[in-house]
Amino acid sequence: MNSTSARFVPSKRMGICEPMHQMAMWDFKGNNFLETSPPSMFEIETNLDNLSEDTSHGTVGPSSKYDQEASKSDDKVRRRLAQNREAARKSRLRKKAYVQQLESSKLRLIQLEQELHRTRLQQGQYVGGGIDTSQLGYSETTNPGIATFEMEYGQWVEEQNRQISELRSALNSDMGDMELHIFVDCGMRHYSDLFTMKATAAKADVFHIISGMWKTSAERFFLWIAGFRPSELLKQILMPNLEPLTEQQRLDVSNLRQSCQQAEDALSQGMEKLHYILAETIAEGQLGEGNYLHQIGSTIDKFEALARFVVQADHLRQETLQQIYRILSTRQAAQGLLAMGEYLQRLRTLSSCWSSRPTEQT
Amino acid sequence: MEKVVKLASENGILIFSKSTCCLCYAVQMLFKELGANPSIYEIDHDPAEGKDIEKALMRMGCSGPLPAVFVSGKLVGSTNEVMSLHLSGSLIPLLKPYQPNMS
Repeated sequence: MNSTSARFVPSKRMGICEPMHQMAMWDFKGNNFLETSPPSMFEIETNLDNLSEDTSHGTVGPSSKYDQEASKSDDKVRRRLAQNREAARKSRLRKKAYVQQLESSKLRLIQLEQELHRTRLQQGQYVGGGIDTSQLGYSETTNPGIATFEMEYGQWVEEQNRQISELRSALNSDMGDMELHIFVDCGMRHYSDLFTMKATAAKADVFHIISGMWKTSAERFFLWIAGFRPSELLKQILMPNLEPLTEQQRLDVSNLRQSCQQAEDALSQGMEKLHYILAETIAEGQLGEGNYLHQIGSTIDKFEALARFVVQADHLRQETLQQIYRILSTRQAAQGLLAMGEYLQRLRTLSSCWSSRPTEQT
Repeated sequence: MEKVVKLASENGILIFSKSTCCLCYAVQMLFKELGANPSIYEIDHDPAEGKDIEKALMRMGCSGPLPAVFVSGKLVGSTNEVMSLHLSGSLIPLLKPYQPNMS
């Protein structure tokens, strides 16, 4: 159900590096990453072989013209040595790039394993995971709205990972504010897209959204009304990771955090009331009679209210992000987006490592 | 609608609500948290004009339409507008004239 868009690269090279090459290609959509593809060991060795062949050619020549040839050979040798150095340097650079790609691929592999685990969970292939797999299997795989959402969310996460890498590189380079601004806008729009997706999905099945079934297990633990808690984002994720703030900024962020806290408290209280009302509605009438269609009917009507809360909580998140954007400089906003993105990545990786740890399965 | 206008002008802070609406309850809680003491008008307790009030609020452009918040006789909006105002720091100043001892 979760999409891992399989990109199969026809292998052009032979040799042991083939699988590595394919894995590296999964990671990147081909656009803005390395200009050179990772070298195969075959290629590096061939290059060095060629050089040593050339060097030997350089010393061949008729002995009668020894003196002239000697100086020519010297030149050639010097040239060859310089070329060797250059080739070795390039080789080192390529190796470094290759290792970096391997490490990204490793992370990607962990994420894929995690997605696979989630898919299996949803299809009821795991037993004893604390989920009623019969319920899960039926309702969620046949609900087209949710199926669409899961697929789109999978793509959203991939795009998110790509943007985070870009932000990281951008911040480490000497990129100016104008260009950095583009990345920041991109990031903001990306979150906006997520909220739109969630609103649509909440109409299809609010339980799926609010229970966090679409997120990894660690993320679910920290869930507040189907997403992150804005005040927590401000205090724990953004504040410690931003370039020094001005006094005014400090004040603005502090006020924003307090406002978020108050708004969150209000929504939480509303949710508690809704929880109570829904429970009351289900329990209406004599429990034990065995005839409860009426209660089910009237409870279902109230579920619309749940979707309103999800939308409201997302609106709060959106507004918080907008305010942050207004308060911070471009560079700080970029740092903030990077911090937030990596935090979510850590949670996802944690979930994946946790689910693949060795345990006794009965 | 006359009743809406009348009620709004008679109360510094007025929230049109429904007793069964939990989002309305959430907004009421927010105002209380801020030290304000809004007047609450539950339209489901007004069998005569409740539905008309709801329609009037929709016509006025209130997104909920409930809860509908009025301050100083003017429509502020529904939950979205209230939250946006609060996060931008503009809600408390709006409520200040009506509360001598706000937190």
